[in-house]
Amino acid sequence: MEVTAVPEKVLELHNVSAGYKEGKKVKQILKDVSFTLYEGEIVGLVGASGSGKTTLCKCILGLLKDYEGQVIHYANSPQMVFQDPYGSLNPKKTIGWILEEPLKVRGGFSGQERRKQAEEMLEQVHLQKDFYGRYPRELSGGQRQRVSIALALMTGTKFILLDEPLSALDVTVQAQMIALLKELQQKEKITYLFVSHDLDLVSMLCGRVLYVSGQNVRWLTED
Amino acid sequence: MRRKIKSYNFTIGMVITVIMVSLIILGFFWTPYDPEKMQGSLKLAAPGLKHWFGTDQFGRDVLSRVLSGAGSTLIIALGTVLIGSSAGILLGAVTGYMGGWLDEALMRVNDAVAAFPSVLLALVIISIWDTGTYKVMLALGIAFIPSFARIVRGEFLRLKEADYVTSARLIGVPAHRILFVHILPNTLPALLSAMAIGFNNAVLAEAGMSYLGIGVQPPDASLGRMLSEAQTYLAGGPWCAIFPGLFLVLLVLGVGMLGEGILDRFGGGR
Repeated sequence: MEVTAVPEKVLELHNVSAGYKEGKKVKQILKDVSFTLYEGEIVGLVGASGSGKTTLCKCILGLLKDYEGQVIHYANSPQMVFQDPYGSLNPKKTIGWILEEPLKVRGGFSGQERRKQAEEMLEQVHLQKDFYGRYPRELSGGQRQRVSIALALMTGTKFILLDEPLSALDVTVQAQMIALLKELQQKEKITYLFVSHDLDLVSMLCGRVLYVSGQNVRWLTED
Repeated sequence: MRRKIKSYNFTIGMVITVIMVSLIILGFFWTPYDPEKMQGSLKLAAPGLKHWFGTDQFGRDVLSRVLSGAGSTLIIALGTVLIGSSAGILLGAVTGYMGGWLDEALMRVNDAVAAFPSVLLALVIISIWDTGTYKVMLALGIAFIPSFARIVRGEFLRLKEADYVTSARLIGVPAHRILFVHILPNTLPALLSAMAIGFNNAVLAEAGMSYLGIGVQPPDASLGRMLSEAQTYLAGGPWCAIFPGLFLVLLVLGVGMLGEGILDRFGGGR
């Protein structure tokens, strides 16, 4: 009898409901949302503008405190790669400084160790070591998104939310980024929740797709 | 064309400021004559080779007094900006980033203080504490806190929603580090410009207070006091008013243009 390894859970949502106050009333955005994500999968999150994708992401990331239900993380705290490559890196800091920040927060690393890890991470996202001393303004949009992915990985997370990370990039760079995301998924068993409006891209990249509509979230496709 | 004018602001402002500040620093160490030495035989002597800016009603060298007086003005203005901006940055950063009831409470107190014109508030403080260079500096510094706090709060309100700040929060960076290491450096262009405006306001406020007799006290020189004393002798010795006035105008003009230039060149949310 063949035994198949059960993939480990990365994230579990149980009956999550969230809304915003509009004067004295509360506008319900999400109602009783439940789903589970597993290690190493790429899950798409689609839905019309204003459907609640961002609210759902905020609940998952812990940026929205005022919600009902349970969000359970089985891996390290999730990280996010933002849509705008020009606003996601601190313009006053070098790439090296930005990448070392998670290690400074954790503590226990010497300056040399931090630099070594940051340079190794740059190589892992296919950027040269000399990017360490550069400022974000010296990088292209695609290079900045690679740095954002490297920053997320520096925290040791296994779960990254990608908020339309390719929409500001041209087609060639998009293809390179997709290849990098897939490579990291296979090598590091990273789980991605890929938020996008581009259904073609989602169907090409993602194994399963979540659809947000009318306060609910349902699986559009499942393996 | 607009861009060229902008870059002229920075360059011309920098040149004027460097020249004026260099002259003031020179005045700390050397003046052609003792600024307080009176010479009865040289009362209201016109500008000439010996006394480039002439002499005043007591025969004191106007150039020496301008250099010495501008030094007092510079110290008071810098001290005012230092006190006002330090407290203002702390207040604005905390209220802008934290928001909520703390923001509401501190900003209402800020509004109440800002409701008084800063010079009037400084006058009230001086009337309680008595006059003196350092008391003037402290009074003006306190009066200037609200304006700095409001500018910094606005910048922090804008930047706390930036993606790189959200990213820092997700990494687990502590709030104090986000405030002062991640956000504060990005407020520098706006802050430096506000400091330049604050410096100019402090220069004018100090001159105004000294003119009214509640700023720098005799025998110490001050540009405002020199203008006040010179008004009686405008007909007989206009140079007593022209040179301190010109020095004041050039200092304010240079720093003002530099502040505008910094904002234009390095941005700052505009």
